[in-house]
Amino acid sequence: MEANIFQYEFIIKGILGAIFASITAGLAGTYIVSKRMVFLSGGITHASFGGIGIGYFAGINPVVGAAVFGILSALGVEYLSVKQKIREDSAIGILWAFGMAIGIIFIYMTPGYTPNLMSYLFGSILTVTNADIIALGIMSVILILYFGIFYRTILYISFDEMFARTYSSYVDIFKYITTSLIALTIVLNIRMAGVVLVISLLTIPPNIAMIYTKVYFKIVVWSILAGFVGTATGYVISYFAGIPVGATIIFTLVIIWVIAKVINQLLMKYSNKNFKD
Amino acid sequence: MVLMASLFEMHSLSASYGTDFVLRDVNFTVSENDFIGVIGPNGGGKTTLLKVILGLLRPAKGEIIFNNDLIRENRIGYLPQMSTGDASYPVTVTDIILSGLMIRKGIISRMSSSDKKKAEMVIDELGLSELAQSTINELSGGQIQRVFLGRAIIGDPKLLLLDEPGNFVDTTFENDFYEKLKDLNNRMAILMVSHDVGIISSHIKSFACVNRSLHYHPSHEITNDDLLAYGCPIQLITHGDVPHTVLKYHK
Repeated sequence: MEANIFQYEFIIKGILGAIFASITAGLAGTYIVSKRMVFLSGGITHASFGGIGIGYFAGINPVVGAAVFGILSALGVEYLSVKQKIREDSAIGILWAFGMAIGIIFIYMTPGYTPNLMSYLFGSILTVTNADIIALGIMSVILILYFGIFYRTILYISFDEMFARTYSSYVDIFKYITTSLIALTIVLNIRMAGVVLVISLLTIPPNIAMIYTKVYFKIVVWSILAGFVGTATGYVISYFAGIPVGATIIFTLVIIWVIAKVINQLLMKYSNKNFKD
Repeated sequence: MVLMASLFEMHSLSASYGTDFVLRDVNFTVSENDFIGVIGPNGGGKTTLLKVILGLLRPAKGEIIFNNDLIRENRIGYLPQMSTGDASYPVTVTDIILSGLMIRKGIISRMSSSDKKKAEMVIDELGLSELAQSTINELSGGQIQRVFLGRAIIGDPKLLLLDEPGNFVDTTFENDFYEKLKDLNNRMAILMVSHDVGIISSHIKSFACVNRSLHYHPSHEITNDDLLAYGCPIQLITHGDVPHTVLKYHK
C-alpha cells in the first residue's frame, strides 16, 4: 500500500514535471534559438553552478543560489560586452568556467558528504521535490502570461532591436526581463536535466519544430509538444532502466529530432518525385 | 510660389557621440512633399542626422522642432539599412509589416482587424501578396527591401526616412523601387541617405550635402553648367551622355 502511494506520487510528479519542463523550455527555447543566444544560455547554465556550490556551503537552497548566479551572469555578460567592450563570446567563456570553478571550490569546502552533486550535474527525478515542481509550475504560468501579453513587443525587439528603438523606449527593459526569465527557466530545469544537459532541453525542441515551420508562434507550440513527448518518454526509460533522467530525456529528444529530419527528407523527396511526374 | 508647410526645422543643431561632434551647427528645414537626397562621405554624419530626426540621439546643442501634427501622430516612416534585422528570424512578411504600427501601440499590443486589413493593402500595393505568409529567410534582397518599405509606410507617415536603400543587393527591383518612391512622394516627404551617388535617382527634388555641416540645395538652384562646382567631396565618373546634376558652391 505504501509503495503504491509512493509510485502514484512519483507518476504525478513525473507527468507534472514533464508538462512544466516542456512549457518553460519551449517558450524560453524558441526565444534563445531564434535570437541565436544558445551559447549565452549555455554560459548562464554553467555559471549558475557557482550559486549551487555557494548554496551548499552556506546551507541555503542551492536552487536559490543558482537563480541569483544565473541572472547575475546573464546581466554580467551584457555588462562586460557592452560597457567593457569585451567580445561577447569571450565574456561568456569566462563566466562559464568561473561559475563552474566557484561551484567546485565551495562544494569541496563544504564539510561532509554531498550526495546531490551528481543530480545537479546530470539531473535526477528522485531528488526533484514538490517545491521544485511547484516552482516550475509557477514559472510556466509567468512565461505564458509574459509571452502571451507582450508577444508582439518581444517578437519585434528580438527581430530588429534597432528599429524597435525608433518607436519604444522599453527595449532595454524588455531585454533584461526576458533574459532574466530565461536564466530562471534554465535554473529551475537544472533539477531535471542537470547543469551539463539542460541547454539541450531548451534547444532541441525548437529545432525539431523548425524542421516543419519557420513561424515563431508555431515553433513555440510544436516545441512544447515535442518537448513533452521527449521528456515523458525520457522519464519512463529513466525509471525502468535506472539511468539519470537528464541523459535519457536528451537522448530521446535527439532521436525524435533525427526521426523528424528523416521523415521531412522523405516527404520532400516524395513530393519532388510527384512534381516531376 | 506655394508655401509648403514645414515638417521639422533644425536650428543651430549639433550632435555628438561623447566629445566627437559629428554634426555641427546644422540649420535645416524639411517641407511637405520634398524629396531630398542626403549625400556625403561615409562618417560625415548622414546616419547621425537620421538618428536625431528619429529621436534616437539627442542634439548636443541647438534644437529640432517638429510640426505639431507630426509629433502627435508620430508619423515618421523609417527604412533602416538592411543589416539591422536578422534575415533568418522566424517572422512572417505580414508580421514584419504590422510592426510598423507599433509606434502607435502600447507594449501590450493586439493587432485589430483593421490593422490587418491595412497590412493587406500595403502588401498588395508593394506586390507581395503571394509572400504574405512567407518568412523572411525565404525572400530575396529586393523582396526584403519591399517588406521593410511596407513596414515604414503602413502608418501613413508624413515623412519617410531611407538609410542607404542601395545596400539591398537585388538590382532587379531597383528601378521599380525608385518608381514606387516617386509614387509615395505624392503622399509624403522623403529623405533618402546615400553614400553611393549612382543610386541617387532622378526623382529627387533637392539635395542635402552632409559632411559635419549640412548644405541644402533646393531644386531651383540646380544647373547643368557649373561643372567646376564640386559642392560635396564626391566624385562622379560616367561615360557619355548621362544626365547629371551639379550643385553650387557652399557659401
